[in-house]
Amino acid sequence: MSNKAQKGDVLLDIKGLEIEGFSDEKWHEIIKGVDLTLRRGEVMGLIGESGAGKSTLGLAAMGYTQPGCRITGGSISFDGIDLAQMSDEQMRGYWGNRMTYVAQSAAASFNPAHRLIEQTTSSTIRFGIKEKAEAHKDAHVLYAALNLPDPTNIGDRYPHQVSGGQLQRVMTAMAMSPRPDLIIFDEPTTALDVTTQVEVLSSMRAIVEEFNTAAIYITHDLAVVAQMADVIKVLRYGEEVEEAATRQMLKSPKQDYTKSLWSVRALQKEEHTATDSIMSLRGIDAAYGTAKVLFDVDIDVPKGSTVAVVGESGSGKSTTARVITGLLPQSAGSVVFDGDALPERLADRTKEQKRRIQMIYQMADTAMNPRQTVRDIIGRPLEFYLGVRGKANTERVIELLEMIELNADFLERLPAELSGGQKQRICIARALAANPEFIICDEVTSALDQIVQEGILKLLLRLQSELGLTYMFITHDISTVKAIADQVVVMNEGRVVEQGSKTEVFQPPHPAYTELLLSSVPEMDPDWLTNLNAARNR
Amino acid sequence: MSEDIQTYSATAESGNVHERRSRWAKIKLAARKSPYTARFGITVILTYVLVALLAPLLAPYGEAQVFPAPYEPWSSTHFFGTDQIGRDIFSRMIYGARNTVGIAVATTLLSFLIGGSLGLAAAIDRRWIDQIFSRSVDVLMAIPSLIFALVLLSIFGSTVLNLIIIIAVLDATRVFRLTRSVAVNVVVMDYVEAAKLRGEGLGWVMRREILPNILPPLIAEFGLRFCFVFLTIAALSFLGVGIQPPTADWGSMVRENANLLQFAQYDLRAGLTPLLPAAAIALLTVAVNFVVDWFLHKTSGLRDEQ
Repeated sequence: MSNKAQKGDVLLDIKGLEIEGFSDEKWHEIIKGVDLTLRRGEVMGLIGESGAGKSTLGLAAMGYTQPGCRITGGSISFDGIDLAQMSDEQMRGYWGNRMTYVAQSAAASFNPAHRLIEQTTSSTIRFGIKEKAEAHKDAHVLYAALNLPDPTNIGDRYPHQVSGGQLQRVMTAMAMSPRPDLIIFDEPTTALDVTTQVEVLSSMRAIVEEFNTAAIYITHDLAVVAQMADVIKVLRYGEEVEEAATRQMLKSPKQDYTKSLWSVRALQKEEHTATDSIMSLRGIDAAYGTAKVLFDVDIDVPKGSTVAVVGESGSGKSTTARVITGLLPQSAGSVVFDGDALPERLADRTKEQKRRIQMIYQMADTAMNPRQTVRDIIGRPLEFYLGVRGKANTERVIELLEMIELNADFLERLPAELSGGQKQRICIARALAANPEFIICDEVTSALDQIVQEGILKLLLRLQSELGLTYMFITHDISTVKAIADQVVVMNEGRVVEQGSKTEVFQPPHPAYTELLLSSVPEMDPDWLTNLNAARNR
Repeated sequence: MSEDIQTYSATAESGNVHERRSRWAKIKLAARKSPYTARFGITVILTYVLVALLAPLLAPYGEAQVFPAPYEPWSSTHFFGTDQIGRDIFSRMIYGARNTVGIAVATTLLSFLIGGSLGLAAAIDRRWIDQIFSRSVDVLMAIPSLIFALVLLSIFGSTVLNLIIIIAVLDATRVFRLTRSVAVNVVVMDYVEAAKLRGEGLGWVMRREILPNILPPLIAEFGLRFCFVFLTIAALSFLGVGIQPPTADWGSMVRENANLLQFAQYDLRAGLTPLLPAAAIALLTVAVNFVVDWFLHKTSGLRDEQ
């Protein structure tokens, strides 16, 4: 980095940027005239729902547009150079040198055939910023600064030999290695568990501060951006909604849209106490091949209520669901549904037993056959379980569509023609079509934007009160639990750590794991991470 | 609570709504935007189909009608001359389209029926069904298929039915491999699991959940397989165990008139005669491949760089 650069100088200045994308044989505006100013040493948070143009703008800050996109107007001035006018050839001298990028999915972004340290330092060496030996030594320093275990040797491993959270930090080290002026973080912690996310966030923030690097941090998680950014810019439909310093923005957002983003987490459900349980798991053990994943799991689900099962990935939440549905026969214990023990294997269960337990998946995209229309998707369980055919079938499908706040216009749509929230609604309708009593919701909102999430949660709550449904809600998001649950089950490493009503579980004292999980959930307070780290180090 | 939340409605959420077009409109649009190679391919294929269907009307003489003079040169009465026993080559070319192409289509369809259904079943049941089918296919594929076909044809005899069945079975091994490998990626999708959870049977999962999603690679493979089957039949006929005389067939026509090649130095047209059926085979193969390439490009989802 040159010495004449001072903190506070304008590094990046985007004026009236317009970007178009090509789809359906037409050009569509993605970014509609956005201004952005970033100073050296400043971190800007870009937030907005999916499709708001966050990533497109983030990439454009590096002078890059994805294939099928083009810059149609405005200027991107980086340290006095207009990037919009430069050829890719010229740009290549800047990418990986003065500006770097941290992608969302680290696992998909590393080359599995090369060692981590080679990938960390390759652009630094290629641009002749450092000699190989020096670059490697520097990488060790960066690994240490990012709190990676065994910083001198971890670089000799291959990408598949480290965990997702570690890989994300190695990618940050890679981005830091040439000591760039600007780093773009594109949702770097979205794919991580809350407990890992805290560690990654802390180390990212520390290193950006240490080297006085300017950064753009793209995310849809407000609490995360509150920890990272000095300034927050809210985008919607490719336009700026508002921009303000983080504290000011959190305290008093001006625009209605921003306020709505802020208020989403306020949804709270009145706790419902019921006694007679509809589903009980008794001493369940289960294994994939020889690897045992569930140990003596006991869970009771009271009729007409919602039980939230929380835990990190690998804690056995989804496996529990697979045992209940019969996809994975348990090795010990029993699943008692409405007084009767269910057969272990799916094939041994009656059609009626299958009908009464339905499941909604996390990824609505993959849960619906892309070649079937909404009418087929919802109509099939009606025909299969209840023998409803022909005109009666269509009428019932429309009724179900209205129940999930859609209408008959959607009958002939294919899944690809629906938005994320609509897809999940169709999945809910498909489950409802079977007239079930018990629905397993496996992370149903985690892939959705916050406003859409809230809509889905409200819908589920309404359906529950109207139809007397019982939900088992698998999630890792504590704010979702607060919004929907009556009872909470905390799982870790295949065991139930804590179980009880929502107030009991959220009330201290907690078992150690519950404490870790609850304290790792980011809060909408810019000092939260600082305080948490201080508390944990004590 | 703000204005935005109150006016929020699920229907207003914008998905990627595509313009609805009828199937016919889609075909017309695709045809208008197709590259020249694909247009050429489609024209050639349509011509062949037309010739095959209308063979008795188009051919000036009968398929096995023998004229007194063998090896007659090209003339206005015999367009491409006559062959070694005095049959009109032009007429036999036209009938050959019907026989060779017809048998190739039937064989390819049969091989897709066998290979496709077994491949789907193997992909869904990854335990013993997969093991049995996959290992049997490995055994069949270990033997060079042309030699294997020769052996089987000499055991069972060279009737048209035997020819179709034997080549179809041998080719089904390749179709099985492809179907299984593309279907395996679809079987793990949540919607297949959802169908199983619902209690759907194997047939439904195969036909309704998986097949529509693996159709594009299968159709592309169909085009290529058709070419290979076509060449195999021609090769077998050339070796004398394929389509038997007097049925006209392009492969055997090449063999029967092959010795005319050496007269090319005296009469160029006589030398060309055995190459005509070979050219007919080559042209169709190229045409089919053009169309398949275009189709693959259309369905691969690759965006043309602007």
